[in-house]
Amino acid sequence: MSTPYNENITFEESAQSYLSNTQLRRNIGHATHTIRKKRATVVGEMPDWETLREAGRAIKSHMLRHLDHYLLQLEESVTRAGGQVHWARNGEEANQIVTSLVKQHGAKEVVKMKSITTDEINLNEALEKDGIKPIETDLAELIVQLAEDTPSHILVPAIHKNRAEIRELFRRTIGNKELTDQPAELADTARKYLRQKFLSAKIGISGANFAVAETGTVSVVESEGNGRMCITLPEVLISIMGIEKILPTWRDFEVFMQILPRSSTAERMNPYNSFWTGVTEGDGPQEFHLILMDNGRTNVLADEIGRQTLQCIRCSACLNVCPVYERTGGHAYHSVYPGPIGAILTPQLKGIDKKGPASLPYASSLCGACYEVCPVKINIPEVLVHLRGKIVRKKEQEGTFREKMDPEHRALKFLAKSFSSRKKYERVQRYAQRGQMFFVKNGTITHLPGKLSGWTAMRDMKAIPKESFRDWWRNR
Amino acid sequence: MNAAKEEILNRIQRALRDVPVDESIDESQLTRDYRKTGTAREENVWLFAERVGDYKAEVTKTDARHLAETINEHLARHGIKKLVVPQDIPDEWLSDDIDLLRDSPEKPLKHIQLDDSDGVLSGCALAVAQTGSIVLDSGEKQGRRVLTLLPDYHLCIVFEDQIVGIVPEAFEKLNDKMKTDGPPVTFISGPSATSDIELNRVEGVHGPRQLDVIIVVRSI
Repeated sequence: MSTPYNENITFEESAQSYLSNTQLRRNIGHATHTIRKKRATVVGEMPDWETLREAGRAIKSHMLRHLDHYLLQLEESVTRAGGQVHWARNGEEANQIVTSLVKQHGAKEVVKMKSITTDEINLNEALEKDGIKPIETDLAELIVQLAEDTPSHILVPAIHKNRAEIRELFRRTIGNKELTDQPAELADTARKYLRQKFLSAKIGISGANFAVAETGTVSVVESEGNGRMCITLPEVLISIMGIEKILPTWRDFEVFMQILPRSSTAERMNPYNSFWTGVTEGDGPQEFHLILMDNGRTNVLADEIGRQTLQCIRCSACLNVCPVYERTGGHAYHSVYPGPIGAILTPQLKGIDKKGPASLPYASSLCGACYEVCPVKINIPEVLVHLRGKIVRKKEQEGTFREKMDPEHRALKFLAKSFSSRKKYERVQRYAQRGQMFFVKNGTITHLPGKLSGWTAMRDMKAIPKESFRDWWRNR
Repeated sequence: MNAAKEEILNRIQRALRDVPVDESIDESQLTRDYRKTGTAREENVWLFAERVGDYKAEVTKTDARHLAETINEHLARHGIKKLVVPQDIPDEWLSDDIDLLRDSPEKPLKHIQLDDSDGVLSGCALAVAQTGSIVLDSGEKQGRRVLTLLPDYHLCIVFEDQIVGIVPEAFEKLNDKMKTDGPPVTFISGPSATSDIELNRVEGVHGPRQLDVIIVVRSI
C-alpha cells in the first residue's frame, strides 16, 4: 500500500484538488444525504433520544475520569475469563505485539475485520514487512485494499467509489470478465473470494467497539458478518483497542446499542452485534489476546476541554452532516479520522506542531451541526475553537519572526485593542470612516486592498455611515 | 508490572490531575432517565414481526401444535436437504427426509461440513420487538456461534414469551449470566447486509443471506 497520509500537507492545500473532482463530490453528496435522511427518521422514532445522548455522554465522561481504575479492572476480568492482555504505549509497540504473536503461530496470512484503530497504526504495512499477508474482509475495506487506496469515510470506507469503478477493480483482481455492476453480484464475488480465506485462516484480527471493565466482555458491531467470521472461525483472535473504548458495566450497552446503530448506519439495529468474554471452551478461538493501546490518547486526556473527544464511539454521524466534509470528502483530511471528529482528534493525537494536523481545526465553518447529531454530545465546535486558540498561542510563543508578524494575527490584536475602551473604539471608527472613502461606491465596498481583499472577494461590505449611532444619540 | 503498562497508567494519572481525588467511582450514581421497559406485552409480538420484516427477513406466526408442520414447509420451500441443528433441537420438529447434521460438544461438526450444508435451524435466548433483533447466547436450542454463521439459510424459532419490548430489557435479562458464565452473545437483526456500494443495501455478504423467523404464539 502506498504511504497514505502526509502530515506536511495542510487541509487547505489538499482540499483544492478534491473540490474539483465532480465524480467524487457526486458520490459523497449522494451518500451523505441518503444516510442523513435515514438517520433523522430512526432518531425521530425515539422519544427518549435526548436522555440517551445525555446518558451516553455521562457514562463515557465518568469512565474517562477514572480511566486507570477501569483499565485495571478490564485487565483483571479479561484474564479471569481466559484471555491475555497486552499494553502498548504507541502504534509501533502494538504492531510488534501483533506480528510476534502471528509469527509464534507460524501463520502467513491473517483475516482482518474493519478497524480504524489498525489503520491508525498502519498494522497492515507492519505485517507485510514481516512477510504476513493481512486480508481485509469487510467489503469496502477489501475494495480499498485491492485498489491500493485509503479509506475516505469511517463507516463506508469506499464511499468515494461508484459501482462502475468497483466492477472494473473486481474484474481486474478477483472477479471474472462477465461481472456486471449490480451491487448484489459484486457482493457475491467478494463473498466467494473471502469464504475460502475464512475457512483456512488460523488467526483473526479485530478492533473493538467496546470492552466492559466489569465482565471483560469485548464487543464489535457490524453489518456483513465478516466480523463474526473473524472472531469465531480462527484458532487465535487478536483484538486491538484504544484505551478509551471501555464501558464500566455490561448494563451500559443498553445505552450504546441504542445510540450507535441509529447514529451510524441509521438503522434501528445493525445486522450483527457480537459480544465475547475471554475464551469459551468448544466455541470459537481458544486463544484470545487483547491489546490496550495508548498512541497519543493520554495527551488528549490531559487537555480538560479536549478530553471529551475520547467519548467518540466512531459512528460517523458528524461526517454525514458536515458541509465541509460533503464537499471535500475524507481524503482531504490526510488522516484515518476524517470529518469534524477528525478535525479535533487528529491534531490532538499527532500534536499541533505538524503543519497538516494543525490546519485541521480550521476545516470548519463552526456551524455546529456535528455537535447536534453527536450521540455522546461531544462539543466539537468548542474543541475546534479551543485548538485554534492553542495553535495561535503556540505560534506567538514559539513561531518564527514571520509567524509572529502574521498580518491576520496583528490585525486581530489591533481590533481587540480598539474594542477595549469606548474612547479607542470611537477613534478607530472615525479613522475608518474617513479612510474608507477611496473604496466606497454607492454606499458599499466591493473591493478592499491587499490582505483585506479576501474578505470582499465573496461579499460586499456596507460602508460605515457618516453618522454613527453613538453620534446620533449624543446629538439628538 | 511491565514497562508499557506502568507508563500508560502514569500518563493517565498525570493527565487526570484535575479530577478530585475523592470523586466517586460509583457509576450507578449517574442519571439514567431513558426508558427501561417498552410497550405492553401483547404489542410485542406484532411489533417484533413487523420490525424483523423490515429487514427483509420472512416472518411466520404459528402455534405449538403446528410448529413442526411450519418448519418443514419452510425447509421444503427453500430446498433445504442438509440441515444443521444444535443437539437439543427436538426430533419431532423435523421430518424424516431431512439429512440432519447434529452438532454436539462430543461430536462437533467441522467448519467445512457447515459450509457445505444448506441451512441451520435454531432457537434463541430472547428477541427484541423494538429493533426486530434475535439474541443468541449459546444456551438452549442454539449451540455454538459458528452454527448460525456458515450456512447460507437460517431458520430461527422464537417463542412469544421470549420477546421483550425494548433494548434495555434485553441487556437486563442477560445481566446475571454475563456476570457469572459470560457466554458469547450475538444480536442478529435481519440477514447479513452491506451498504458499501453506493449505500445500496444488499442482503448477504458473509453471514446467512436468508433469515426466516417463526414466532410460536400461544394461540393464533
